[in-house]
Amino acid sequence: MIVDTNSVEETAKQLYIRALKDLPDDIKEGFQRLDAEETDATAKTILATMIENIRVAYGTDNLLCQDTGIPIYNVTIGGGVQVDGFALKEAITRGCARATTEYPLRSSVVHPITRENEYNSCGRRIPLINFDFSDHPDEMVIEMIPKGSGSENGSFLKMCIPAEGIAGVQTFVIDKVLELGGKVCPPTIVGVGVGGTSDLCVHLAKIAATRPLGSRCDDPRGAELEEKLAKAVNSLGIGPQGLGGDSTAFAVHVETAATHITMNPVAINIQCHSARRATATFTPAGIELGY
Amino acid sequence: MTEHNLSLPCSEEDVRKLRVGDQVILQDTLFGIRDATQIHMFDRGRKTKFDLRGHAVIHTAPNVKTVAACDDYPAGYAPVCIGTTTSARMERFTRPLMERYGVRVIIGKGGLLAESQNAFRDLGGVYLAIVGGAAALETTWIEKIEDVDLDDLNPESLWKFKIKDFGPLLVAMDSYGDSLYRVVNERASDRRAAALASLRVVG
Repeated sequence: MIVDTNSVEETAKQLYIRALKDLPDDIKEGFQRLDAEETDATAKTILATMIENIRVAYGTDNLLCQDTGIPIYNVTIGGGVQVDGFALKEAITRGCARATTEYPLRSSVVHPITRENEYNSCGRRIPLINFDFSDHPDEMVIEMIPKGSGSENGSFLKMCIPAEGIAGVQTFVIDKVLELGGKVCPPTIVGVGVGGTSDLCVHLAKIAATRPLGSRCDDPRGAELEEKLAKAVNSLGIGPQGLGGDSTAFAVHVETAATHITMNPVAINIQCHSARRATATFTPAGIELGY
Repeated sequence: MTEHNLSLPCSEEDVRKLRVGDQVILQDTLFGIRDATQIHMFDRGRKTKFDLRGHAVIHTAPNVKTVAACDDYPAGYAPVCIGTTTSARMERFTRPLMERYGVRVIIGKGGLLAESQNAFRDLGGVYLAIVGGAAALETTWIEKIEDVDLDDLNPESLWKFKIKDFGPLLVAMDSYGDSLYRVVNERASDRRAAALASLRVVG
């Protein structure tokens, strides 16, 4: 399959706008589940407002949240796909910029030192474009994530030492969720990276935070940790928006990687309740949009 | 829990009536303010043309569309999506906003900290929690963008919104030293040991 980069540009534009407007079904179902289980009256009111907002965004064809986020594109290229990688990056960047200027969206991206805004959601190394490869023949998937800053600011890395064990990892997660309170727009998905190098650990936390609800870590030891941590996090009573209640997190997601004998790294990345993402799957049959 | 309908600008007496847990619906005018707006106002000596005395500010940087100025869009901006950002980053600006500009009400998400709580008590102010991330809904409470200042900072300009039935908002920090965030944080801290024990961690 040969990928036409013109169609990538148009798709990259559509994906940004689509992600900002409609939440994936797994997140909508997550709201229903939290609402059914919530016991705190204030928390129930807040969840009801969030659910109403999803309806209003759909009804008024508007964005769910004002934060257009930092644009992230995750590209997964299957076997047999022929694409000019450099042209692909350029096309995604142009699509991201066009979504911003043509819709128009708030450009939330600035130079880190001068704080200058180019008003197109782009800048040095942004949009962030990640590449991976799959064994799906003749298929390329682009996932777009507009990562909100309130939750992204709740990102931390700790290079625990082996003597701290998995207890050190778990304590770090509990203490950070406690410290963050309502600042990260709960109910959240708490993404936890365990192992790897420092940079891989932080990246794993982002993969975990942006994974669909209902998915599980494919490392059984990681999956076990997900369940235990989710129960513990939701026992703290922080609740939606940090105003009290049972619904602190939809889930805790864990991703793991092998690490060094002297290392025990743990990283946290949070996804807010506006857990937005959109995907496009390119196959010889055409381009299919999804979440 | 009492429900209040508050027109802006308001007086210290109005604000002192609001207690943690009450609900408030705002009317008339609301100013939008953000990190860069306040960095420029308080660290770089920029002045605003607006009189903020007795007013409410919301922590926001909206999505807007540039249009020809007319009655509906007097500032040349149409609202697209207006929401709320995390307040805690702007903690150090609460007191100067109140002391130098006479602001009475701050609206945001996630709460403010002890210094703001003291400023609310000393000067007569209140923090109203809005549901973060519910911007599509919030946008329906805004009638128009009336005016804008410090617009070189766009989208972090100082925005003047005309509002109608803006809320309900929850009084989360009042002028008597009470804060829902502190109550929740203290309770969560008390539960930390049990949470760690459930993970078989001795904390």
